[in-house]
Amino acid sequence: MAECHPVGFQWVMEAKARGAKVIHVDPRFTRTSALADLHVPLRAGSDIAFLGAIVNYVLEKEKYFRDYIVAYTNAPTILREDFCDTEDLSGVFSGLNSETRSYDNASWQYEGTETQAASGERDQEYDERTGGGSSVTEAARGEAHGAGGAVIGEGEPERDETLTHPRCVFQVLKRHFARYTPEMVEQVCGVPPELFLQVCELVTENSGRERTTAFAYAVGWTQHTVGVQYIRTACILQLLLGNIGRPGGGILALRGHASIQGSTDIPTLFNLLPGYIPMPHAHQNQDLAAFVAAEAAPKGYWGNMRAYLVSLLKAYWGDHATEENDFCFDYLPRLTGSHSTYETTMAQLEGTCKGYFLMGENPAVGNANTKLMRLGMANLDWLVVRDFSLIESATWWRDGPEIETGELRTEDIRTEVFFLPAAAHTEKDGSFTNTQRLLQWHHQAVEPPGEARSDLWFAFHLGRIIREKLAGSADEMDRPVLDLAWDYPTKGPLVEPDAEAVLAEINGHDAAGQPLSSYEQLKPDGSTSCGCWIYCGVRADGVNQAARRKPGGQQDWVAAEWAWAWPANRRVLYNRASADPEGRPWSERKALVWWDADKGEWSGHDVPDFSKDKAPGYEPDQDASGPAALSGRDPFIMQADGKAWLYVPSGLTDGPLPVHYEPQDSPFPNLLHDQQRNPVRQLLPTLPDNRYQPSGDEHGSEVFPYVATTYRLTEHHTAGGMSRWQPYLAELQPEFFCEVSPELAAERGLEHTGWATIVSARAVIEARVLVTDRIAPLTVHGRRLHQVGLPYHWGPNGYTTGDAANELLHLSLDPNTHIQEAKAIAVDIRPGRRPRGPAAAELVRAYRARAGIDAHTGTEP
Amino acid sequence: MGDGPEARGNQWYGPQPDVAGASGYPDAPPRMGFFTDTSVCIGCKACEVACKEWNAVPEDGLELTGMSYDNTQTLGADTWRHVAFIEQSKPFGGQEPGVRHEDTDVFAAAARLGTDASSPGPGATAPPPGQAPEGAPAGQISPLSPDGRTELRWLMSSDVCKHCTHAACLDVCPTGALFRTEFGTVVVQSDICNGCGYCVPACPYGVIDQRKDDGRVWKCTLCYDRLGVGMEPACAKACPTDSIQFGPLDELRERAADRVARLHAAGVADARLYGEDPGDGVGGDGAFFLLLDEPEVYGLPPDPVVTTRDLPDMWRHAALAAVTLVGLAVGGFACRPRRAR
Repeated sequence: MAECHPVGFQWVMEAKARGAKVIHVDPRFTRTSALADLHVPLRAGSDIAFLGAIVNYVLEKEKYFRDYIVAYTNAPTILREDFCDTEDLSGVFSGLNSETRSYDNASWQYEGTETQAASGERDQEYDERTGGGSSVTEAARGEAHGAGGAVIGEGEPERDETLTHPRCVFQVLKRHFARYTPEMVEQVCGVPPELFLQVCELVTENSGRERTTAFAYAVGWTQHTVGVQYIRTACILQLLLGNIGRPGGGILALRGHASIQGSTDIPTLFNLLPGYIPMPHAHQNQDLAAFVAAEAAPKGYWGNMRAYLVSLLKAYWGDHATEENDFCFDYLPRLTGSHSTYETTMAQLEGTCKGYFLMGENPAVGNANTKLMRLGMANLDWLVVRDFSLIESATWWRDGPEIETGELRTEDIRTEVFFLPAAAHTEKDGSFTNTQRLLQWHHQAVEPPGEARSDLWFAFHLGRIIREKLAGSADEMDRPVLDLAWDYPTKGPLVEPDAEAVLAEINGHDAAGQPLSSYEQLKPDGSTSCGCWIYCGVRADGVNQAARRKPGGQQDWVAAEWAWAWPANRRVLYNRASADPEGRPWSERKALVWWDADKGEWSGHDVPDFSKDKAPGYEPDQDASGPAALSGRDPFIMQADGKAWLYVPSGLTDGPLPVHYEPQDSPFPNLLHDQQRNPVRQLLPTLPDNRYQPSGDEHGSEVFPYVATTYRLTEHHTAGGMSRWQPYLAELQPEFFCEVSPELAAERGLEHTGWATIVSARAVIEARVLVTDRIAPLTVHGRRLHQVGLPYHWGPNGYTTGDAANELLHLSLDPNTHIQEAKAIAVDIRPGRRPRGPAAAELVRAYRARAGIDAHTGTEP
Repeated sequence: MGDGPEARGNQWYGPQPDVAGASGYPDAPPRMGFFTDTSVCIGCKACEVACKEWNAVPEDGLELTGMSYDNTQTLGADTWRHVAFIEQSKPFGGQEPGVRHEDTDVFAAAARLGTDASSPGPGATAPPPGQAPEGAPAGQISPLSPDGRTELRWLMSSDVCKHCTHAACLDVCPTGALFRTEFGTVVVQSDICNGCGYCVPACPYGVIDQRKDDGRVWKCTLCYDRLGVGMEPACAKACPTDSIQFGPLDELRERAADRVARLHAAGVADARLYGEDPGDGVGGDGAFFLLLDEPEVYGLPPDPVVTTRDLPDMWRHAALAAVTLVGLAVGGFACRPRRAR
């Protein structure tokens, strides 16, 4: 965190000043470790084994917060009889279809009901919920399970508040994690038991009624074939300890850019609409009512999905969206499968994706298997790159690595590449949404230089020009574009759209045009408009609440007047859980919100994340729906059952509980289960440039004996587009380097500041060598493991240049999120510089031959 | 120059409580300086970049040094802040960093937390030195590491011009390009510097340096232009953990003494101040440091002495010698028997 989020780390330092203990778990000793109380080096890719063992410690030693989990989680909920855990099925769950590499989640359900996921894969039960209809045959895995949904049950889930029923979630958890012992942690993660127990003690002693512990992870956790399950394990732990919805608790995702949180809230993701409303799938005859019936939960705030969606459609299409035309619901694009970044690359290679916009993204350096990214772009008709500098993704056709090796020739490439310079954040108005969901407004300081323009300018004027070209068209296909409410006011010499007008559209307004102040005001009848329901209120009273900058010293510790947090300016989500079922704070010390019986409403330091006047004793009617169906003791108001999920019956593609599987490419067999890899990991085709490696005991795995992990340095930013061209930053980290231990250096003859060549089944790269004690060798499975650290900022362009670490990566992805496994791969390392030209590709081929790699290697379920 | 050296301090050596006054500023503001607390430095180098950005200091070379993450190497004409990285096999100890935020006294705020219902607050109450808060995980965290290694310590420290009480660079400058500001800081005027370079060997810290292309000398100005309009220097402004603190030197010294006491109480016996003592060889630094090891570890001289310390003596000796010479000469003439014409 100090390494990649130095500004945010000031608050960790402040917490330390107040007595907090900081534990840093990372394969490397980083700038964070330097300031931590405890550094725990572990093998990259083994976090579920580590976290799972803490879960086991908590369950075994009875360190959980019993009152909390009984009242607020699904620990007492009883599962169906036909559910089989990994304990019963050698490391996989019931419902696995090895052919299609997918799970049918029917058997994962609660006894007595069917549950809709609050996020994630909601489309799993589409057919059942809509009474049939055509399933998505070509659709892909994560986005729709088509026929593989759960059986609909009636009534409330069965519960056992004594937590003793053998099929209750709590007992299932206990059995599931029983094998995650300190001894396993030592074997699998390379963490000595004493060190592991120290972590367990620190975390559990600092959790409970009086104290809370927070987890912070960088997005590296997501970059595994089991990335979502990493975070799920942390969720289970935090819920067992009662650290969710309470001050000082939670799980913080440290995002990779200033507004990545914002880019999922108002998404750049293919499968979401603003506010986490799912993008509709191409089901037949689907209309708004059918979509809402399929996607909305009967209980909780997702029960109001129609109001959120209709308000969004009104924001998109304005007066054209009417009750009669289903509010233009048919204008929304439909998913026919997964259209993630990597599948888009595959479509480029197949020739079905012909045009590509890259806005502030540098896949030729930053994505996994960067060579395939370039080959995909080389198969496009046109490519638009908007960035500050001529990044590698804009010039690969001229000077990319494949030009050097002769695999591509400039004169053969037909892609028309447009480079359009982009304005920096100081050159435009706008907001950043940070990891804490704070929207912070930034004001333009200067006009952008030359032809540089903001993304807002680009998107608005592109839309304007397209609409002008289509004007008068009678083609129905053009209606969605022509009917858009595309009337943003512009200002200044550059005809820049007014960013505050966009914020006003996002915030929403009522039929009279008055700004809304809360998503509770949104209506399903088209009388309200709102561009993103969770952002509703950011411009309450017509004031830009995100621009508030009252210093912390001038307000209380919640600091509610600094910027604006979605939703409703709540600083801690699900904060109803900070009070006990009767509405009293669990402890005075950790009070956040509470029930004020005199006033008959929720009160507290933070904005209560609960219906303001719903008393703790409130019990819903049998036929209640939406938020009204939640009782006064259901703090997790977005969940269909109002409870936090220790166990996930619906919404995940790869299992209701986390399981330690080895990374796609691993030098080690899976000691915890017979199943080596995530059985439903998303494998993209094993093209000649995307070969997978043998793992564990498989023949040839010894060819790649070391574990490599990629990361960022403070001095550079992601794929380098914002930093490698800056002399002041380039001089601070002037060359691509790899970090190795003195032991590995001795073993392989690597010289400090000399060169090393690093090889995987995909690519070969070279890096300068930093020999440092900060990368400790670990003892894993009884043998010594060396790890190689690779910062991934470099590429061939810019002021400081070097090979791109991500050339080495494969395209085996997390099946939920389609994110690459960048944080744990197996490699070989040798001294000296890499071969040039065709000899480089020859070296990789030689390694593949030596390891016996073919198109089937590593693709076993 | 009516006051004696007792009231105004010595201009060449020893304690000097009023550097600006001694330089002729009648109503000078308090002496301003830096307190760089290396125990909370996270090595982000924001100070280096902010300094270069604000002062338009040029980039000075892309060289991977292999010296941990330090590719800056040293202070120089084109490096006015330099973050050193030192990797050691040594336990860090139960260090307890304290940071200061403008307008917020975190210790006072922390002391209030949990004491009343209106401020139940997150986190523990601030422990008094050496005493863990009630209910806090007990016991010192002992360093443990796989494979029998001792725990690592990674020291980071942002170095800068010391703005000495007795600044030899200033003393030897023949053009007056180097001058003492009303804030007690030492600044080079680039439009006056003639590039003679006398100041370079005069600096006991090796800070001031000539730019190769134009021969003039450059160094930290403690952002004289920003101070003049009531702003803090760029590096201090950019520092996310308040490792670099800017303020009146008296206050900084008090804060630093308190900080060292806290660290000692928390078991960090290595913590010490560097350059804060007005009795040291340069009369104390305007920019001083809290270090966690010997100064040499950070590349700092252990006992710097203003190189012009002995100038008065030298002049006294020279004067004596001159007087003697003159005396001898005069005597020679006097004793010389007159020659009859």
